[in-house]
Amino acid sequence: MQKTLVKLASGLVALGITGAALAGPVMETTQKQPLNIPAIVMFAIFVGMTLAITYWAASRTKTASDFYTAGGGITGFQNGLAMAGDYMSAATLLGLTAMVYTNGYDAYLFMIAFFVGWPIILFLMAERLRNLGKFTFADITSYRLDQGKVRTMAAIGSLTVVCFYLIVQMVGAGQLIKLLFGLDYHIAVIVVGVLMVVYVTFGGMVATTWVQIIKACLLLFGGTVITVLAFSQFGFSFNTLAAKTIELHKLKDMLFAPGKLLQDPINAISLAMGLMFGLAGLPHILMRFFTVNNAKEARKSVLYAAGFVGFFFNVILLMGLCAIVIVGTNPEFFEGGTVGGKIIGGGNMVAMHLAKAVGGNLLLGFLAAVAFATILAVVSGLALAGASAISHDLYARVIKKGNVSEAQEIKVSKMASFGIGLIAVVLGIAFEKQNVAFMAALAFGIAAAGNFPVLFLSMYWKDLTTRGALAAGYGGLIAAVVLVVLSKSVWVTVFGYASPIFPYDQPALFAMPLAFLLGYVFSITDKTPRAAKEREAFADQWVRAQTGFGADGAVSH
Amino acid sequence: MSSEMYARIRENPKFKELVSKRERLAWTLTGIVLVLFFGLFLTVAFNPAVLAIKLGDSYVTTGLLIGLIQFIFFWILTAVYVRRANSEFDALTADLLRESSKGTK
Repeated sequence: MQKTLVKLASGLVALGITGAALAGPVMETTQKQPLNIPAIVMFAIFVGMTLAITYWAASRTKTASDFYTAGGGITGFQNGLAMAGDYMSAATLLGLTAMVYTNGYDAYLFMIAFFVGWPIILFLMAERLRNLGKFTFADITSYRLDQGKVRTMAAIGSLTVVCFYLIVQMVGAGQLIKLLFGLDYHIAVIVVGVLMVVYVTFGGMVATTWVQIIKACLLLFGGTVITVLAFSQFGFSFNTLAAKTIELHKLKDMLFAPGKLLQDPINAISLAMGLMFGLAGLPHILMRFFTVNNAKEARKSVLYAAGFVGFFFNVILLMGLCAIVIVGTNPEFFEGGTVGGKIIGGGNMVAMHLAKAVGGNLLLGFLAAVAFATILAVVSGLALAGASAISHDLYARVIKKGNVSEAQEIKVSKMASFGIGLIAVVLGIAFEKQNVAFMAALAFGIAAAGNFPVLFLSMYWKDLTTRGALAAGYGGLIAAVVLVVLSKSVWVTVFGYASPIFPYDQPALFAMPLAFLLGYVFSITDKTPRAAKEREAFADQWVRAQTGFGADGAVSH
Repeated sequence: MSSEMYARIRENPKFKELVSKRERLAWTLTGIVLVLFFGLFLTVAFNPAVLAIKLGDSYVTTGLLIGLIQFIFFWILTAVYVRRANSEFDALTADLLRESSKGTK
């Protein structure tokens, strides 16, 4: 018993790293369940709605700017919802609820770490991103540096993050849908892949944003309804709920105190850094800063996004706690009816069981449909981010050096999204039986150590040169990959060695400072004439970053 | 043309005022968030017992309360920043751009 608990906990740590943004909560191969008709019907309604939106969006997607950034016509509020949607995936709902159920307060600490990136991204980056960028974050890193080399590096960083993330999402989708809908794994993966390609190629950013907005509303609504229904059983008194949970939970009094998950300070800090700065390096989140008209709306987006994310995390805390009492004592939800035994469908199903317990099959179906919709929306955002990196950065700017028509660029991005969809399906099927938890750590680690330092330095540090940027970007990326490979999630879980060489879950604490150091050293020692010109160009970039003058799509003054 | 404009903006004293005010606010708020957040995580690592104290005769622990306060407080800080940036700083930016585009004084 103790051993399974520890195993479950460590599995959840890996999941937590992956956290909010990814959807691969069901890491173990799941059992196929009988067809769940209400869930399928509700999901079909969602798909119908989103396809209608895509049809409408297609008529409004003509220019490259429409395709990549919805023409900059998204409001701060809409964008805030969409950003929150990009960040809250099925893993947030299912994984974090399960984590509260098992670990209590430790899960709350995880959620704070997931949340704290939002204020930071607002204070230090939001308006600069909007003022300097056009379609991708590589626009900013390569603003005054060598277009070809720096864009290539930024695109590689984006695509690596997108790729690992997509695999986790696809595998999670397949497992989850098998469990929730009773559909075959392959069918689930193909459905997700096809819908994602349809949204992105026909509707571009307009469709992707609205799919994300609808899903965010459904997720917030579903989570809140379940929590209100569940919490009402305790007369909406936290104390009554807490007393019951402490009485029933294995952790007893320690349920509301820091436990084992974050005991090791270095591990805890590294994890916190990875989550916090990973947010500021995720291409699909960064891309959202370009969909609004100006810096004012960009700031509002973050305010709303942080509000929704923070609210939802607290809802999840209550959900998890209510589940300890409502699900944890009901034999219906345990294999063989043994209370305290293995939960049917695995630990991640706690939220689903809670929905069933308080709202019957209808609410269960609704939540299952929301979980599927969530995966779909997140993969669409990822696919669009990947497609932009290929068409806008690699094709239009690096290969064609800017000599390309808009129509041609859009055509390439559509082909790219189709390609990404195909690869996602193939890899999703290939990794069906694999434990892909490490890929999430990798995605956040690369975002934090590969993408973020270069982006930050390019905006803040005058002396950054092309050489420094390349050293920081590639150095951070390689360090993140190597450390994750040497960590427990790959070295032990995948390769089967007895103990990991790198003892922590997240590489950020080590890989990120290394990237900054490389960027610093390789920049200040760069004495070439080009480096001097690059430093000189910072002055104008600084003014544009601060004032928005010359910013793309900015309102004229 | 735009390079000249950038130079004019840069020389305007309002630009320095804008940059220094906004940088000060942004870094102060960042500092507050980082200190409180990493403070909490270091407490978890080195003195978890402090976070396990029950408040009065309720089941709410100091850890839970501090967590909730961080969520709320950090969100309020984002609101503070957005409010000042969207009114004061944007007005200052608009003034600055207007003056600078009038051409050389």
